[in-house]
Amino acid sequence: MRFQLIGVNHKSAPLEVRERLAIPDSRLPDTCRDLAAYPGIEEGMVISTCNRVEVVTHTVNGHADLRGFLHDHFHLKPEELDAHLYEFREKDAVRHLFRVASSLDSMVVGEAQILGQVKEAYATARAVGAVRGQLDQLFSRAFAVAKRVRSETAVGSSSVSIASVAVELAKKIFGSLQGKNVFIVGAGKMSELAARHLMAHGCGSIFVANRTYERAIGLAQKFDGQAIKFEDLYATCDRADIVITSTGAPHAIFRREHGEQFLARRKNRPMFFIDIAVPRDVSQDMAKLDGIFAYDIDDLQQAVTSHVADRRKEAERAEAIIASEVERFEARLQTLDVVPTIVSLQDHLETIRQAEIDRVRGRLGQLSPEQEIAVEALTRGIINKVMHTPITTLKSAAKESEATTVVDVVRRLFNLQVKETQAKEAQSKNAEAGTRP
Amino acid sequence: MSLLWLRFALGCYFVGLVYAFVALSRTSDLFSRVALHAASLGMVFHFVSLTELFLSGQVVWASVHNGESLLAFFSMAFFMVIYTAYQTTSPGVVVFPVVFFLTFIAAVDEQPVLLTSFVSHKGWLIAHIILIFTGYAALVLSFGASLLYLLQERRLKSKKPTSLISFLPALEVIDQIGYRSLLLGFPFMTLGLLTGSVVAVTTYGHVDFLDPKILLSVLMWAVYMVMVFTRWNSGWRGRRAAFLATFAFVAALAAWAANYFSAIHRFAAS
Repeated sequence: MRFQLIGVNHKSAPLEVRERLAIPDSRLPDTCRDLAAYPGIEEGMVISTCNRVEVVTHTVNGHADLRGFLHDHFHLKPEELDAHLYEFREKDAVRHLFRVASSLDSMVVGEAQILGQVKEAYATARAVGAVRGQLDQLFSRAFAVAKRVRSETAVGSSSVSIASVAVELAKKIFGSLQGKNVFIVGAGKMSELAARHLMAHGCGSIFVANRTYERAIGLAQKFDGQAIKFEDLYATCDRADIVITSTGAPHAIFRREHGEQFLARRKNRPMFFIDIAVPRDVSQDMAKLDGIFAYDIDDLQQAVTSHVADRRKEAERAEAIIASEVERFEARLQTLDVVPTIVSLQDHLETIRQAEIDRVRGRLGQLSPEQEIAVEALTRGIINKVMHTPITTLKSAAKESEATTVVDVVRRLFNLQVKETQAKEAQSKNAEAGTRP
Repeated sequence: MSLLWLRFALGCYFVGLVYAFVALSRTSDLFSRVALHAASLGMVFHFVSLTELFLSGQVVWASVHNGESLLAFFSMAFFMVIYTAYQTTSPGVVVFPVVFFLTFIAAVDEQPVLLTSFVSHKGWLIAHIILIFTGYAALVLSFGASLLYLLQERRLKSKKPTSLISFLPALEVIDQIGYRSLLLGFPFMTLGLLTGSVVAVTTYGHVDFLDPKILLSVLMWAVYMVMVFTRWNSGWRGRRAAFLATFAFVAALAAWAANYFSAIHRFAAS
């Protein structure tokens, strides 16, 4: 595992630095090509979003000069950049990438956009041939992990905008929003947004009342709704199940007596008031009525904050999933490692060679030391010649995605049993080789 | 043997009872699935128990314990119908403890029996029992729903952020469950009382309205009717509906308890 990752994100670098590193989509293929051609790098790709720029590579020896690449490519001096960079290797790089894809490293934890962005970056790098065997496997796994995190935890489920919190609350009251009517009192940007969210979730008709009737008509037209004269507000308001109110009135416009009227006319069916006006439009004593659910801007904001907190809690569960996935991925790469197979192939043929020499030794009679050396050289030569092609094939297969198949075929052909200890030894040998400069 | 199956059922319902307590404080999808499966398994055992009792020919229709077992089974059946329609196990918070309690009493082997030796029209008696128990089961459910409605209403009103993640279904869904069980149960309860009167008239020649059993049953029915009426007429729900439902439920419990001291509808040890 010789993965290496370097980058900046919203936590490590200010916007000015991120801006200088950002790569437009049109230049991404070239950057990937440059990266893959950089000394010490076998495969590489770049993820560039507004919150992060990350360079993910599979290197020749685990010690490619990725900082150097960034300095060269972006024409930045080390003192401008290095303090903002983070760098991960091997297992840590895998973990970081899994976290990024699962949206645990995002500014808004659980947002769904990042996975799509990583997928696009991967597709671009793959198209230009900068991603082949190892990174291919790493990213396929990262996408699977992101999917698992999304389905097994609620990290992405809670919504975080005020409009979507309002929708969620409405659903807690009414179940399905199908056919529920919405009344907008006071045409403003925010109430329009909330109404749009509600309509997207199946709400039925929309009514709009505004002090300026023309504005009410304008907004009503946008939603195919009905404009109501402000003086008819109290006579018609009970037709709505959800009222979004945001007038600039200095006092509450909905008072207890109004609430009682509405409920009586509605046979006590509940009403949901989304009060985004400051000062508030719904009076406190009306909000206390059974069947009236009034949420003001602070209540909604509090719900938003708690959603973010909930996501953090879920994120802890997601971290546990990622930790186990990193282990699994590492174990899988170990089995893919061709070195143990090569070692056991060599051992296997050496055993055959020794056995054959012992078998014919009796027939050959007493051999002189020179003859002894000649026989040894001859048999070894044959074995080495025979082994040359399979070993080269195995080594090159290790760099491609079909490694599993080739390793499997060789093991079956020669009936090889790779012991776990052997695999581990090979792994540590690899790591040692990797740390050499 | 029937009693053995019933005890198996009791074991399964116990899981539901634990769920009911846990669900009040935390949400667990896994646990609600486990509780649902345990309850279904319990119903199978329960059904076997009832069938065996019936086939053995020893069925004593007016036995308290057989009655309780039947009522528990009906309540569970109602719960399952609601689960199928609304995909929610939350009424279990009320239904499971009630069912467990009823099954528990029924699974104790002493069998006090209603003094029915001089009932002349067995058919009416059987109809009376089945109808009234279906009515009771629906009442249990609507009582449960009205408590859950209250709980959900409080959570939404408190505006505590955690109220957003709750095991309870939407307020209107709970309301529908309660109202539908109420509407469904009412005719059964009414017919149950009418058939009971027929039994009383054919046996004693008249209905003694001053007998505690009859008095309490009529009271329960009256509250039931008030509930249906206020709901239908002015859409009472929430606190007021919960108050009425509790009253009806207490009246039902009192009417049941009256079996132990009523002159005409009385249980004695067999």
